[in-house]
Amino acid sequence: MFTGAQIVEVFTKLGITHVVWLPDSTLGTWEPALASADGLQLVRVCREGEAWTIAAGLHLGGKRPIVVIQSTGLFESGDALRNVYYDLGLPLWSLIGYRSYLLPDSRDSAKRFAEPILKAWALDYLLIERPEQLSDIAAHLEACAAANKPGIVLMAEGKG
Amino acid sequence: MAHDAPTGGERAAMPLLPALEVVHKRRGNAIVVTTMGAAREWPKLSTEGVGPHPLDFQYLPSAMGHAPMLALGLALARPEREVICFNGDGGMLMSLGCLVTVVAAGAHNFTLIVLDNGLYEVTGGQPTAGAAEAKVGGGSCDFAAFAQGAGFHTVRRYAKLGDWEASAAEVLALPGPRFVQLFTQPVGAAYHLPAPAPMAERIQKFQAALE
Repeated sequence: MFTGAQIVEVFTKLGITHVVWLPDSTLGTWEPALASADGLQLVRVCREGEAWTIAAGLHLGGKRPIVVIQSTGLFESGDALRNVYYDLGLPLWSLIGYRSYLLPDSRDSAKRFAEPILKAWALDYLLIERPEQLSDIAAHLEACAAANKPGIVLMAEGKG
Repeated sequence: MAHDAPTGGERAAMPLLPALEVVHKRRGNAIVVTTMGAAREWPKLSTEGVGPHPLDFQYLPSAMGHAPMLALGLALARPEREVICFNGDGGMLMSLGCLVTVVAAGAHNFTLIVLDNGLYEVTGGQPTAGAAEAKVGGGSCDFAAFAQGAGFHTVRRYAKLGDWEASAAEVLALPGPRFVQLFTQPVGAAYHLPAPAPMAERIQKFQAALE
């Protein structure tokens, strides 16, 4: 969908300081660009749930992090996500790879449950389906920050 | 890299509050993150009649096992400050991978202290899966060995309060990230976590203290 350079440009424009992530095969193509970007620190986690609370600590410390994970990692992160959004009340940003969304005939259960899970957590999100929507990412996250609410982007992917 | 994790010997344990007090006396301007049992006991030391220390973050309510991650985020955000995190052994078992994450992030200003009593005390004192009495094979979980394997620069383990007290100042000054496993005694049946102030209020005060 997007190149690493495009994502770095978006993240830089947003003033993001830390990318807390566990990549899949789509997001992973951004690694060289993210790792070499000036002003961006890449924080690699072992399990996606870790990413939310690391981002919470960064936010409390005055930084502007974003969590970047796949939808399967979203499923794994439920308790951490619940805590940072609803107990701590932090308007954290995240970009979530929507596994198999671009495969019309896919029977991948990860495709089936991604949006219902976000809705179950009462979280609004922006669905990115086409490359032309690149500029929508920054607009959505900035609007969420202005409203002091969670900023979540669900980005369509093919394979995981 | 200095690794010095004593091994072997019969398990003794120190009382929790004095174990915490050892750090309280030496914290300086460090951020201190507490959860579960430590979150209940630490304020008894830290309030001093004037309310919580402004750089205490009582992580309640928490995500299960995530106190070290929240503290890591703070350490990365504020590299000029020391960050000390107290975690329980049950919480540690829930997120052992975070030991690797801490090291990978290069948090030189981070100290993780695991208070190991072998119990889920908040739920009534059931043994954790890592406690010797809960394991078919016997033998308690060696958290210090996990930390050493993950690559923590400083790793220590103490069962006796006197040993911990004699070493703490030196340990807290050694290269980070640092890991300390303290064998502690259960607090007992009267386990009660007092309700802290509303989270938004605590966050506001904490962030103001960081400035």
